[in-house]
Amino acid sequence: MLKKTNKDDSIHTRFKESKRRFGLGDRIFKKILLFSGLILVVVFLGIFISLFISAVPSIERYGIGFLTETEWKPDSEAASLETDKSILGALPFIIGTLMTSGIALLLSLPFAISIALLIGEYFKKGFAYQFFKTITDLLAGIPSIIYGFFGFFVLKPILLEFEKFMGVEYANGLGIFTSAVILAVMIIPYSASLARDVIELVPQDLKEAAYSMGATRFEVIRKVIIPYASSGILAGIILSLGRALGETMAVTMLIGNSTSVPTSIFDPAQTMASIIANGFSEPGVMQSAALIEIGLILMLITALVNVLGRYIIKKMSVEG
Amino acid sequence: MVGKNNIKRRQISNGIFKGLIITIASLIIVPLVAILAFIVIQGISVINWEFLVTPKQLISKGGGGIAHSLLGTVILIIIALVASVPIGILAGIYLSETRKGKIAYMVRMTVELFQGVPSVIIGLVGYLWIVVPMGNKSALAGGITLALMMFPLIIRSTEETMKLVPHSLKEASLALGVPYYKTILKILIPTGMSGIVTGVLLGIGRIAGETAPLLFTIMGNSYINANIFKPIDALPLLIYNYATGPSDELHAIAWGASFILIMFILILNISARVFFRKQEM
Repeated sequence: MLKKTNKDDSIHTRFKESKRRFGLGDRIFKKILLFSGLILVVVFLGIFISLFISAVPSIERYGIGFLTETEWKPDSEAASLETDKSILGALPFIIGTLMTSGIALLLSLPFAISIALLIGEYFKKGFAYQFFKTITDLLAGIPSIIYGFFGFFVLKPILLEFEKFMGVEYANGLGIFTSAVILAVMIIPYSASLARDVIELVPQDLKEAAYSMGATRFEVIRKVIIPYASSGILAGIILSLGRALGETMAVTMLIGNSTSVPTSIFDPAQTMASIIANGFSEPGVMQSAALIEIGLILMLITALVNVLGRYIIKKMSVEG
Repeated sequence: MVGKNNIKRRQISNGIFKGLIITIASLIIVPLVAILAFIVIQGISVINWEFLVTPKQLISKGGGGIAHSLLGTVILIIIALVASVPIGILAGIYLSETRKGKIAYMVRMTVELFQGVPSVIIGLVGYLWIVVPMGNKSALAGGITLALMMFPLIIRSTEETMKLVPHSLKEASLALGVPYYKTILKILIPTGMSGIVTGVLLGIGRIAGETAPLLFTIMGNSYINANIFKPIDALPLLIYNYATGPSDELHAIAWGASFILIMFILILNISARVFFRKQEM
């Protein structure tokens, strides 16, 4: 018995020694690899910390009321934080962001689900698959600024007519609805690919069982695929929301830049991202701090939304 | 329930549903074709050699060309590549080599979250971290800010590629007594090279059109500038400034610049696919 343990020990030590002989180069190399991975984590945490530090003046002055204040009156003359008489609140932008992203999600959903069903269930390869894949890839590759440019010169006149037709007061073609339409087109590729991934997670044997009972494809989709994938599709919607919340340039060009609380979906407004893009280059010390605070809130929300969405999908793929 | 009628009805609703989703899905072509057609029609008329090699001029002289922004975009991309690719590849290898463990999980989680950070916030961070300490906006600040956007993309694509490299290759090399670092540098990286290049090309395509990170970091410049410590212009920023500008000449130039930008991104995406096919063969 004793002998055996000794033997084990000696093997163990010999193994340890061989590890030690692994070479200095290898140990340094492994440290370098680990270090490169950790840099990302440090940078990510650093973003939070430096946004927080720069937002402190605004957090101290406005406190939690920042989220419920509806006025946005920056003081651009003040030279220092003490003399700055700005009244700043984020509520108009929070509402603007929720309305824009919400409408965009609703508009994009039918298209995203249809595309996902086509490339995830009906045509898993072949021409139709390639066709839709290429189109969504191309749409995903178009930069935000070009969507905004196109929206401003092409979509705006069209929607202006639409708004006049709907009898909107002060119709000018810019505002929440216009931004939401462009935003919907922008997030379709993303939500379609997410939805397709979850549709493909549906076990083949479940579908085959339904087919063998004589179900048609429509019935399989309605009674097997959609119920099974519903939590995943919900996660896809949540993740798409995360994408829509932070979209900046296209929205900035189309939202109409108004800092008052929007009351209708055709009103001009500002989203959290667009007020940062528009206002951060302006003078005003307190305004800069407040915009950074808005950035911090936006980042917290998108991070939360992302964690939630990924958690649901992960749970679903583990169960499946 | 009368069987025959019932079956017919079910088959009809099956057909209707298929037709319906094909119709809805096909509508996605409309915005794509509209956007591309508009840019090609409006853009191609202003594009000629002069347009590409002249910098900005007064509007009375026609507004000039886009040479200053074109050069700016190239410089920004080079800075972003230098700052993000080597370390991104190393981090990607770290993740593919470390499948388990708390630190790897944390890094993997961060990659996901980092990709979700809105680009305008990355712009704010670039401003706070580089513009404020340096005292002025510059190409360097813009490049580093774009590198922040690219970093998680490179990590992700490298990790995915490295997972595909056969385990036997690595084991064979280690069995021959080749040190670990040499195995990675001389066996794994060359084997996965085309995948890594694909990831880098796609990453460039992603950042080339980014505007929000540049808003607060590069300032824009009407002249040709190659000094990375000075303000610089970039294609997407030019499109933003000109598109929101007052005159038709500027809008025409912005369409031309959009055409160039779209073409650039398209070529990057196609070459990425070609590289990827090569790897599969």
